[in-house]
Amino acid sequence: MTTLTVRPAVDRAPRRRRRRSDRATVYLLLLPSLLPVLVLSVFPLLRGIYLGFTDARAGRNVEISFTGLANYRELLHDELFWSSFRIGLLWAFSVTVLQFLLALGLALLLNQRLRFRGLARVLAVVPWAMPPVVVGILWRLVYHPDAGLLNEFLYRIGADGLRTTWLGDFSTALPAVIIVGVWAGMPQTTVVLLAGLQSVPRELHEAAAVDGADAWQRFRSVTLPSLMPVIVAITSLDFIWNFNSFGLVYVLTAGGPGGRTMLPMLFAYEEAFRYGDYGYAAALGNVMVVIVVALLAVYLRRRLREANQ
Amino acid sequence: MTTWGHDPTIRSGGATSRSGDTTIGPGDVTARSGDATTRSRFGTTARDGHPTTGPIRSGVGTGRARKRRRGLGTGLQYLALAAYLIFLAFPLVWLLSTSFKPPRELVRLHPTLIPESPTLANFVQAFTEQELGRAAWNSLQVSLASAVLTVLVATPAAYALARFRTRLGTVALGWVLLSQLFPFVLLIIPIFLVLRQVGLANTHAGLVLIYVVWALPFALWMLQGFVRSIPRELEEAASVDGATRLQALRRVVFPLLTPGLVATAVFAFISAWNEFFFALVLIKTPELATLPVALARFVGIEGTARLGPLAAGSLLATLPSLVFFAIMQRRLASGSLAGAVKG
Repeated sequence: MTTLTVRPAVDRAPRRRRRRSDRATVYLLLLPSLLPVLVLSVFPLLRGIYLGFTDARAGRNVEISFTGLANYRELLHDELFWSSFRIGLLWAFSVTVLQFLLALGLALLLNQRLRFRGLARVLAVVPWAMPPVVVGILWRLVYHPDAGLLNEFLYRIGADGLRTTWLGDFSTALPAVIIVGVWAGMPQTTVVLLAGLQSVPRELHEAAAVDGADAWQRFRSVTLPSLMPVIVAITSLDFIWNFNSFGLVYVLTAGGPGGRTMLPMLFAYEEAFRYGDYGYAAALGNVMVVIVVALLAVYLRRRLREANQ
Repeated sequence: MTTWGHDPTIRSGGATSRSGDTTIGPGDVTARSGDATTRSRFGTTARDGHPTTGPIRSGVGTGRARKRRRGLGTGLQYLALAAYLIFLAFPLVWLLSTSFKPPRELVRLHPTLIPESPTLANFVQAFTEQELGRAAWNSLQVSLASAVLTVLVATPAAYALARFRTRLGTVALGWVLLSQLFPFVLLIIPIFLVLRQVGLANTHAGLVLIYVVWALPFALWMLQGFVRSIPRELEEAASVDGATRLQALRRVVFPLLTPGLVATAVFAFISAWNEFFFALVLIKTPELATLPVALARFVGIEGTARLGPLAAGSLLATLPSLVFFAIMQRRLASGSLAGAVKG
């Protein structure tokens, strides 16, 4: 609102000229930012979408021709595509939901006046500060069959029978990877929810308490409704990030064993950079966008309807 | 310290409620929770059967019972907090412990949590034998260049967005959100082709360009918040005193903007330092690899005895962002940087 400040009267007369020179200045100041973003972000994105409808392949001077929906027809019959999208959705849903529930619990705790709250707040963001590759390496050490923390812990508590090669076993690989995803993503969600909790007006809580609402009732009817916009925003973003995630699982399992953790991005990466099938990989990318947008639309519409009731 | 981030914090709050508007307006929230309170009041009165004394009684009469229940609740809360801390901390402790273990302890049948004869050999080995040293140097160069370039490019634009009324600010924010939707695989192929065309594929310069572009939207958004927190009146006062616009900028705006510039630079540095996917695809020469890529390569070929150097290297790779987070802790807690760093 600072734009409404009263200007000195002298400025009045040449206003039109000023405005035009202002516009020139604005564009001059914005150009160094806009140009690289246009060349290396907007243009590649549009081009990438287009490539999904072509037969582009790796290699220099390869002719690219428009093939319409051919890539998508091929996708329909690709077993690996179906399994990677099933795995991708399972992964994204489980990680987002678990991460949200755990983060909500932690945020509520950190919002209380507890001892060690400072320490907990610091520890809660440490996983967030780690490069995804390091998170992957860290958990490889935890899951390591011989030198790993988890197997050693199971041995010490006498549950020797449960020891396994967590990331190499067909049945445990996906759950093991999901836990890592939750561990890595929880801090950010916690911080966002905590910020949301702190902006819930205290008066509402006090009014509810005076009216005799117990803690659970206050949570249900005061905290949760006030927090809902934040919850919707962060769970949507988390879902997108998780569905498009790459580095973490690449380091943990590279999609194995037997494709049991082959997320869509890993599959697309393989298609593009192992087999050089750019068009097919871009088509996969397009399908990923469509799926995410469709799911988000359903989710946001339901939330909106509930909110309007 | 007050100008540090006072305003951006508020602004980000505004942004959340603005995005909230699409779902529930802030007005709606109060109205609805108001309803809810009324409902719960009716609920209690109906159960108690003493409409007027109900609330008062629960406030005064059952003090001791309430205290006991709170004691139990607090105990449970500490228990839950302890569980969280174990889940969050143990993997980290394990990384720390592994990085100090000599090979002999790593191949042992039953490893211990605390190394029996801790050694620094892993850190030395990580940076001499395993080429991680060179990768760290590469990462440092790339990240520093990205940070400096991002600030240079973003500062004028952020100033323009904050001081002039233009729709581009909304467009920039929209692009930040929209670009999250698209998987990198859609971007990487055309980017790779563009860079190859201009001879920048497989070079650090190309990587730096990508990182700047990638960091820009958020950097712009963050930095224009900092600019807005500097009162426009200060600039106007300076120009009344006879300073030209440029002088006003240099003498008044710039000094006040320093914290914002530092925050932007650090954000750009960290996102470049942590980035993996573009570096993996765009850099083919092993000597040019950045630290995350070098570490990931190392993963494929490690034997149990070499876990030590791997852990040591990973730990060192975490240090820069850890320092950043330690500095930014308070602002992170306020949520104003909540969208800042995502791998």
